[in-house]
Amino acid sequence: MTALVVFLCLILFAIIIVQIGKVTELAAKIRGEEEVQDMANRRQASYSLIFMIVFLVACVVSGAYYKNYMLGYGPHESASEHGSSIDSLFSITLFFTGIVFFITQILLFYFAYKFRAQKGRKAAYISHNNTLELVWTGIPAIVMAYLVIGGLDVWNEVMPDVGPDDEFIEVEATGFQFAWQLRYPGPDGQLGTRDFRMIKEGVNPLGQDWSDVKNHDDFLPNELVLPVNQKVRVRITSRDVLHNFYLPHFRVKMDAVPGMPTYFIFTPTKTTEEYRQQLSKYPEYQVPSPADSEKQMWETFEYELACAELCGKGHYSMKKLVRIVSQEEYEQWLSTQSSYYLGNIKGTEYDPIQEATTSAPAPVVEEATPVTEEAAAPEH
Amino acid sequence: MATTVNPTIKDKDDLLIEDLGYDDHFHEHHDGDKYQSSFITTYIFSQDHKMIAKQFLITGMFWAIIGALMSLVFRLQLGFPDDSLAWLKPVLGKWIQLNAETGMGTLAPEFYYALVTMHGTIIVFFVLTAGLSGTFSNLLIPLQVGARDMASPLLNMLSYWFFFLAGVVMFASLFLSTGPFAGGWTAYPPLSALPQASSGSGAGMTLWVVSLVFFVVSVLLGGVNYITTVLNLRTKGMSMWRLPLTIWAFFITAIIGLLSFPVLVSGLLLIMFDRGLGTSFYLSEIFIGGQALDHVGGSPILYQHLFWFLGHPEVYIIILPAMGIVSEVLSVHARKPIFGYKAMVFSILAIAFLSFIVWAHHMFMSGVNPFISNFFVVFTLIIAVPSAVKVFNWIATLYGGNIRFNSASLFSIGFVSLFISGGLTGIFLGNSALDIQLHDTYFVVAHFHIVMGVAAFFGMFAGIYHWYPKMFGRFMNETLGRIHFWGTIAGSYAIFWPMHYLGMAGVPRRYYRFDTFDSFSHFTDMNQFITIAAIVVFALQVLFVINFFYSIWYGKKMTVKNPWQATTLEWTTPINVGHGNWEGNIPTVQRWAYDYGKDGHDFISQIEPLKEGEQTAH
Ligand code: HEM
Ligand SMILES: [Cu+2]
Ligand SMILES: [Cu+2]
Repeated sequence: MTALVVFLCLILFAIIIVQIGKVTELAAKIRGEEEVQDMANRRQASYSLIFMIVFLVACVVSGAYYKNYMLGYGPHESASEHGSSIDSLFSITLFFTGIVFFITQILLFYFAYKFRAQKGRKAAYISHNNTLELVWTGIPAIVMAYLVIGGLDVWNEVMPDVGPDDEFIEVEATGFQFAWQLRYPGPDGQLGTRDFRMIKEGVNPLGQDWSDVKNHDDFLPNELVLPVNQKVRVRITSRDVLHNFYLPHFRVKMDAVPGMPTYFIFTPTKTTEEYRQQLSKYPEYQVPSPADSEKQMWETFEYELACAELCGKGHYSMKKLVRIVSQEEYEQWLSTQSSYYLGNIKGTEYDPIQEATTSAPAPVVEEATPVTEEAAAPEH
Repeated sequence: MATTVNPTIKDKDDLLIEDLGYDDHFHEHHDGDKYQSSFITTYIFSQDHKMIAKQFLITGMFWAIIGALMSLVFRLQLGFPDDSLAWLKPVLGKWIQLNAETGMGTLAPEFYYALVTMHGTIIVFFVLTAGLSGTFSNLLIPLQVGARDMASPLLNMLSYWFFFLAGVVMFASLFLSTGPFAGGWTAYPPLSALPQASSGSGAGMTLWVVSLVFFVVSVLLGGVNYITTVLNLRTKGMSMWRLPLTIWAFFITAIIGLLSFPVLVSGLLLIMFDRGLGTSFYLSEIFIGGQALDHVGGSPILYQHLFWFLGHPEVYIIILPAMGIVSEVLSVHARKPIFGYKAMVFSILAIAFLSFIVWAHHMFMSGVNPFISNFFVVFTLIIAVPSAVKVFNWIATLYGGNIRFNSASLFSIGFVSLFISGGLTGIFLGNSALDIQLHDTYFVVAHFHIVMGVAAFFGMFAGIYHWYPKMFGRFMNETLGRIHFWGTIAGSYAIFWPMHYLGMAGVPRRYYRFDTFDSFSHFTDMNQFITIAAIVVFALQVLFVINFFYSIWYGKKMTVKNPWQATTLEWTTPINVGHGNWEGNIPTVQRWAYDYGKDGHDFISQIEPLKEGEQTAH
């Protein structure tokens, strides 16, 4: 029944449309084509002027309305050290492209209006103008060069790996369908080696090699907790398909690639509490929080870790909480975390150490990666 | 303009062609006409480029409707995630899951991703590549260079039928019980390589690959033909520098396609090897479905290189024909030569060349060595310069014109507006440092829909309205066309402009819902607004489709050969063009394509000889 109604409505719609069309064609016959075209030129030209004004005003107004979501402005200021240079690069780019946007859109629609066909007027014969061409090739080239230099400057500041003498905290994030597994190195400051063949759901989610003692103090917390103002190097890996380690507030994003660890280095500069304070100044955060009606929105704010590379049907749900805390709180938190090995593996059937109590400890490997490659080696 | 021409009376153009034309004895052989003898050879297995153009166009329109309907379904999900979609159950079947208690119907997330994937694939390849370049290259290349047909009408026919086959395979995949492929139009492995990773990655992905391989065959057969025809079948006097910009655009597009599409096929073949033959080109150290796979040593990033080596040129394969069409249409209706013809050609060439060395700007955050990205940033931002030059030239073409407003010229003006808006956001994304934050957010979605999606559609609409009389001997209704234009430009901006704000706020693309994250859930109203705008824009396209088909049979008849008073050769053919395009001789070309408003003449056709003492640059 509803289908029939919809169908009839569509038919009706089609008939109306055809009739509107016919009316104008009839009018054209009566008035004469030239007359009608002349009217159309006048009318459409003024529409283009109206459209231009409405469009540009809408751009400005909507921009003002959403100004608090702009990068580097208002409540969403970056919470990391490198983030602010990205934000200001954004603003600079917005400035230049904004100028070009307004000039070109205005000229486009204004010329369309101004040079509408009019009886008795003739178009000018202008085929080219080399000086003009040079000018408008040169100016974009200069602006582009300026933006490129600024951009690459930031890029090469942000992306390189840590230097040999840098102090930093290393943590690891592993994406899988559909969650993140975090791992901290524990007191030894070193992540233990992994082999994807040793992964066992529920027992050894990351395939940690328990014969590597560096694994014994590693712990797998449920949230990403980091101290403020300390450099962090996130080792990003994936267990199955591509994922992307994305911390929107920190301007951090990097693919998680199975078989190839990637890195992102950043320094959080605002604790969760400080960011909440920052938000509390804005009216849109002074409303009751959907999470907890007792509190205001800014009070329940949390940093979040998301996935930004399509990884399957649960892609939209790969959330982990991120907490940035003071150094003391961080140490306090660290002390409450206990090693995954000690809690879940030691003494069980999965613990390789029991049988081999007398054998020498496994050789210490410099980096966290190589064992997986070694494990792969016999295949070749 | 309105007076009927008695077909037996020869007009000025006919006389010129008779006098100066070139007699290739085409119509004496009659072998050219024999394959048009029955219904089947005329309308189905036609080898006439004009019929093949119409086939491409109508097939493209079919796919555009399918692709747009898909987007409406997933937009409903994004705009109204908590409203019941139970009413779609009769169409979508098990992909709408009914809650037994409340009767609430929800779209299955895997099908949401399948819809997004199919939408992208269909629009990018079937509509904006085949439907746009296929249609207008076929229609205009022979007509505008002065050829009887394509160099190889047979290959040309095959080109369409391979496209058709690709469509059949893709269409079939929609009905698989595991659903069509759902890993995004870019089909990154391992997601696309492992059936365990996503239900669409089983048979759905196999059919997706098969379909695209057929599609590439179609593009290559078409491309070889376009290139050969432009190089070898130009009529006497039609030097390269006298070609209309449409032909330049189609020509370069075909070359880019020929060089880049095979790379996609190689990338897809390697996926098939990984899926079926146990190779490890893209796979390494994967644990999935409770099992560690044997694959080691491959790199998923390799695929991304192969894909984007096609993928970036592909976006120019889509936009260059639209640019060509817009250049031509603007010039004709502004009654002025296109400003800076040579600069336009050189910028097409520059864009074509540069489009091959910027591909990794899609991969800044993929884990490639950040040092390499430096080069891609530089090349990417260089490509913005020729793009800017084209924009300035279009605007300058309007300056001092005597602009005739109709659907075709309006859509061309709209194209320029969209290309500016979308091109400028490319400058943000091309700067890798900014891409850290903007990559895979709605900012990218806004960028490419405006600059490529909507703009290319506008180019296509401009072309359809402008050359409709040449295709069907009738006009489309102007009033409806203008409603279509104003509604679509306002509506498209309403859909895609707000997405910039979503992107700046960090909202990632390809999310089935936004309320899983506090950070991304602030935009309920905006998402509803976007969905409503999308529905309105869709309705306007229905209006276009009605106008299109109604006008084929009932549109205002074309009574003069050259209704737009244009200079190019297609308007010297008879109103109802037969096979071979010109009845007697082939016209020869005496001047460039843009003598509008020269020396006090409104326009001078390309077939008119230079007057004594006439100055010319070409
Ligand atoms: C002005 C010059 C342009 C620049 C600098 C530019 C830059 C970029 C960059 C860097 C990206 C990757 C963004 C990301 O994924 O993070 C991108 C995406 C894209 N661009 Fe552009 N672009 C430009 C013009 C164009 C044009 C003219 C088209 C098409 C006609 C286009 C189509 C696309 C498409 C389709 C994507 C997204 C593909 C996807 O990830 O699904 N761009 N652009
Ligand atoms: Cu994901
Ligand atoms: Cu690109």
